[in-house]
Amino acid sequence: MNGPILAARDLHLAFGGLRALDGVSLDLWPGEVVAIVGESGSGKSTLLRVLAGQLRPQSGQVTYRDAEGVAHAVQSLSDAALRRLSRAEWGFVHQSPRDGLRLGVSAGGNIGERLMALGARHYGRLRETAEAWLRRVEIDPGRLDDLPRAFSGGMQQRLQIARALVTGPRLVFMDEPTGGLDVSVQARLLDLIRALVAELDLAVLLVTHDIAAARLLAHRILVMRRGRVVEAGLADRVLDDPQHEYTQLLVSSVIAA
Amino acid sequence: MTETGYNFAYLDEATKRMIRRAILKAVAIPGHQVPFGGREMPLPYGWGTGGIQVTASLIGRDDVLKVIDQGADDTTNAVSIRRFFARVAGVATTERTAAATIIQTRHRIPETPLREGQILVYQVPMPEPLFRLEPRVAETRRLHALADYGLMQVKLYEDIARLGHVGLSYNYPVMVNHRYLMSPSPIPAFDNPKMHRMPALQVFGAGREKRIYAVPPYTAVHSLDFEDHPFRPIRADARCALCGSDASYLDEVVTDDAGGRLFVCSDTDYCGERQARQRRGEAA
Repeated sequence: MNGPILAARDLHLAFGGLRALDGVSLDLWPGEVVAIVGESGSGKSTLLRVLAGQLRPQSGQVTYRDAEGVAHAVQSLSDAALRRLSRAEWGFVHQSPRDGLRLGVSAGGNIGERLMALGARHYGRLRETAEAWLRRVEIDPGRLDDLPRAFSGGMQQRLQIARALVTGPRLVFMDEPTGGLDVSVQARLLDLIRALVAELDLAVLLVTHDIAAARLLAHRILVMRRGRVVEAGLADRVLDDPQHEYTQLLVSSVIAA
Repeated sequence: MTETGYNFAYLDEATKRMIRRAILKAVAIPGHQVPFGGREMPLPYGWGTGGIQVTASLIGRDDVLKVIDQGADDTTNAVSIRRFFARVAGVATTERTAAATIIQTRHRIPETPLREGQILVYQVPMPEPLFRLEPRVAETRRLHALADYGLMQVKLYEDIARLGHVGLSYNYPVMVNHRYLMSPSPIPAFDNPKMHRMPALQVFGAGREKRIYAVPPYTAVHSLDFEDHPFRPIRADARCALCGSDASYLDEVVTDDAGGRLFVCSDTDYCGERQARQRRGEAA
């Protein structure tokens, strides 16, 4: 099966006079991690939401190629088909665990929800799977029945990743997964994401304003500004030899410790 | 003792027609909640305004009506609704399950198996099975439309993880016709299996929420569960103190302030008939 897993062509979306997306195109290939970087308000989260089918672009096309190689036009999928895709083949990791987790449901229930939505009806096996995933994201399996409320920020974020990956998605959207965490926790989380992505051969679209995180995780980087992609290329190339003045500004404003 | 000045069965004919349309639609889509224009009835919400409107729309001059409340024919709600229809429709009423053509019920399904041609009308306080899990009504409708019921399964999972079993003994959610998640109204979980492939038509009316839904005869109704934690109907481990039944659903009655208690059938008609049969047996 050849061809990109996700392809966007000439996306436009304006909120009133504000052009959030202004002719954005991108390709994401199987097993590839692409980071979208840019300052706040540059349209990167909007792009992610459009690609995931949560927002409809005013013009342009998003094409997703599923596990059988069938191409779907994401922006015109029915609600039911979109939900099936986002449940079975996609995962979404939000910036705030509050958006991605059910805080009133135990860790095991959080991990099991997607499986149950897909028809898993064996309590014992659900628990085994949830335990295995807790171990994988480095949470003590003894906390299976604890509420995420009782978890630290980093643990909540790892639990969210386990919840997104348990169904074995092919494509994962991550919106600032390390935002709001302290530096040492960030480093651990990045390590974990890197290991899981390699192990599971995931295609990942990562939105971040953290250039360092993009360098660690991404194969390719897209730099966005005012709804346009101003520069795109291999991660090391973009960061070591930025061509666009805005990218140069971004790279030079990283604070080195 | 039929009242004059009222249309037959209290509601006007146009209203009855509107409700019958909702019922037909509900029967066509088993388990799906159909909105209807609920009317003010001469009894308060929570006392069976939904059930009484369904009954009023279905009842004909030849029908025989039975009304039960928690299984009993002789409690306030049952007595007043039965008398209401005797007065505004002049129909025959009965306490015998087998003799009735329409049975309006609150919180129980009769022990005597129902047969083809009978209609069981439930009074429903809250028709939406997901309402404690998803507060947005628009979102619950989307979940029904997409048959997305993972949320309810998560609730059962959480119960088993915390309590070792599903912590629902009444209003236990069911899947109707393998498609719609449905609240069976607050009947005990013990009664859930009776809904499965029941020969009688089951119609549910929620007056405050203005929804009607139905389970046509011989429709599959399954209580949600896990393969390794199958659904178990719960029943008090005792015999009825009056008729000795060890199969019927029992009410616990406190008899004194020293811990004395006894269990009796909640279905008064079933219990009474068993006692009558036992007396006849002794007399013979």
